[in-house]
Amino acid sequence: MSDYMTALPEIFLLSMACVVLTVDLFLKDSQRNITYLLSQVSLGLTLLLTLAYQPHGTQLAFNGTFISDLMSVVLKCFVYVVTMGVLLYSRRYLQDRGMFKGEYYVLGLFGVLGMMIMISAYSMLSLYLGLELMSLSMYAMVAFCRNSKRASEAAMKYFVLGALASGILLYGMSIIYGMTGSLNIIEISRSLAEQGSSVGVLLGLAFIVVGLAFKLGAVPFHMWIPDVYHGAPTAVTLYIASAPKIAAFAMTMRLLVEGLGSLQADWQTMLMVLAVLSLGLGNIVAIAQSSIKRMLAYSTISHVGFLLLGILAGTGEGYAASMFYALTYALMALGGFGMILFLSRKGFEAEELDDFKGLNERSPWFAFMMLIILFSMAGIPPTVGFYAKLSVLTAVVNVDLIWLATVAVIFSVIGAFYYLRAVKMMYFDAAEDQSELQPCLSFRFALSANGLTVLALGLFPAGLMALCAAALNG
Amino acid sequence: MVPLSYYLILGAVLFGLSVAGIFLNRKNIIILLMSIELMLLAVNMNFVAFSHYLGDTAGQVFVFFILTVAAAEAAIGLAILVVLFRNWRTINVNDLDSMKG
Repeated sequence: MSDYMTALPEIFLLSMACVVLTVDLFLKDSQRNITYLLSQVSLGLTLLLTLAYQPHGTQLAFNGTFISDLMSVVLKCFVYVVTMGVLLYSRRYLQDRGMFKGEYYVLGLFGVLGMMIMISAYSMLSLYLGLELMSLSMYAMVAFCRNSKRASEAAMKYFVLGALASGILLYGMSIIYGMTGSLNIIEISRSLAEQGSSVGVLLGLAFIVVGLAFKLGAVPFHMWIPDVYHGAPTAVTLYIASAPKIAAFAMTMRLLVEGLGSLQADWQTMLMVLAVLSLGLGNIVAIAQSSIKRMLAYSTISHVGFLLLGILAGTGEGYAASMFYALTYALMALGGFGMILFLSRKGFEAEELDDFKGLNERSPWFAFMMLIILFSMAGIPPTVGFYAKLSVLTAVVNVDLIWLATVAVIFSVIGAFYYLRAVKMMYFDAAEDQSELQPCLSFRFALSANGLTVLALGLFPAGLMALCAAALNG
Repeated sequence: MVPLSYYLILGAVLFGLSVAGIFLNRKNIIILLMSIELMLLAVNMNFVAFSHYLGDTAGQVFVFFILTVAAAEAAIGLAILVVLFRNWRTINVNDLDSMKG
């Protein structure tokens, strides 16, 4: 395959994003549905292209700066599907608030393009460019609701901390470049395997780990997550909380495991600290929240802790478990924030936990969907969250880090409290607000499919798990 | 010839200044944006020094890309600043505290 064929899905999505941008200019406000449909079709076609032109084995392109392998194909397909769900869920929310504009879709598509490049990057240069394309789109999306005080504050915080994280990551990259003489992931790993670790390399590694921790939102570099999730319009929170986690996982894998793999003993300790702190702080602070967006933000932090546990195990089993975790977490976050959009209506945000009171009286079926998603986040069988946590913990126990697994289990038990409290509110409290749920049929259908997928993957996890294992060990 | 370590020390000092500028500055968001630019320039200094020392042009190519991204980042940062000022009528870092918890 030629270089251009390897990057065909990216090239196609780039062209489509430009087409959407141009077409949107000529549309009246009443015709905005065309922009929406065009974005969905672009993502759908990109999904088909990715599947149709998937490589046999590993394919490098553009002088080894771009890679296409099974891992990239699987991660990208999940990114498309999750983003299509995001666009579908957020449509009515945007329409109700006068934010149904082309910008949301164009920035969303460019963000997905950035994620695709991050997933397929095999050089520090392409990784950085993908990361910035994604981050810059997301900063603009947070500030998208221009007359909201809270959103503009959130956007500024996100921008400053995100730019700081990129700067720290870049500084680490520059040191690694100086020490190894190459930007290419494969050359870096070859050179490091020869020279072993030195003070310079460790310094570079430390900066890179801090930069990654900022982007993932691991404690103590998590301070932006609650404010951004809370301040951004819920439709944007949904976008930020779901698919970018998959891209961040890919970035961590490419940089730490494939590039700096020979320093595993060094980054293992750093990730251990980050993971334990994230699990602890995320689960404990979430209990004190009354806003469901903030609660889910802290829950994200604790899930990042689990994601890091799998990576720090440093075995193929651990990486596969971590990938499984990232993919299923994106689905759970999609469902969780989707539920907030589901309950919101014109002039009403449904951001508080109290807004979920008595949901069972209003709609037993969707209360059940929310129940599945919350159980899955808490890690209760038979939902997929249980299996994801179990496989990460198995990987950690298999490398004799039993204390770490114990800590993780204790904190997830603490975390189960606030998920179950939300379930109790839905089923046993009286509804304060009896108004009719308004969402259209496609939203209802997609959210049900989302919830049932979480349940089905929990009952039959073997297929996806085998795919993750093959992606990482193939 | 100036040894490599001088450039690296300069880069580290600039980087340290910019991080201090972000964390110590409690008054003005524009100074935050300037610190972010300075941070990227410190990284550029490192890349150019290493690139020359290693005789490898890849580092200098990276610098061009960082400069381009820095321009885009400044554009978005200033745009967010304008939105922020319209809503808050202030650009004081300490005043931005509507969200807690």
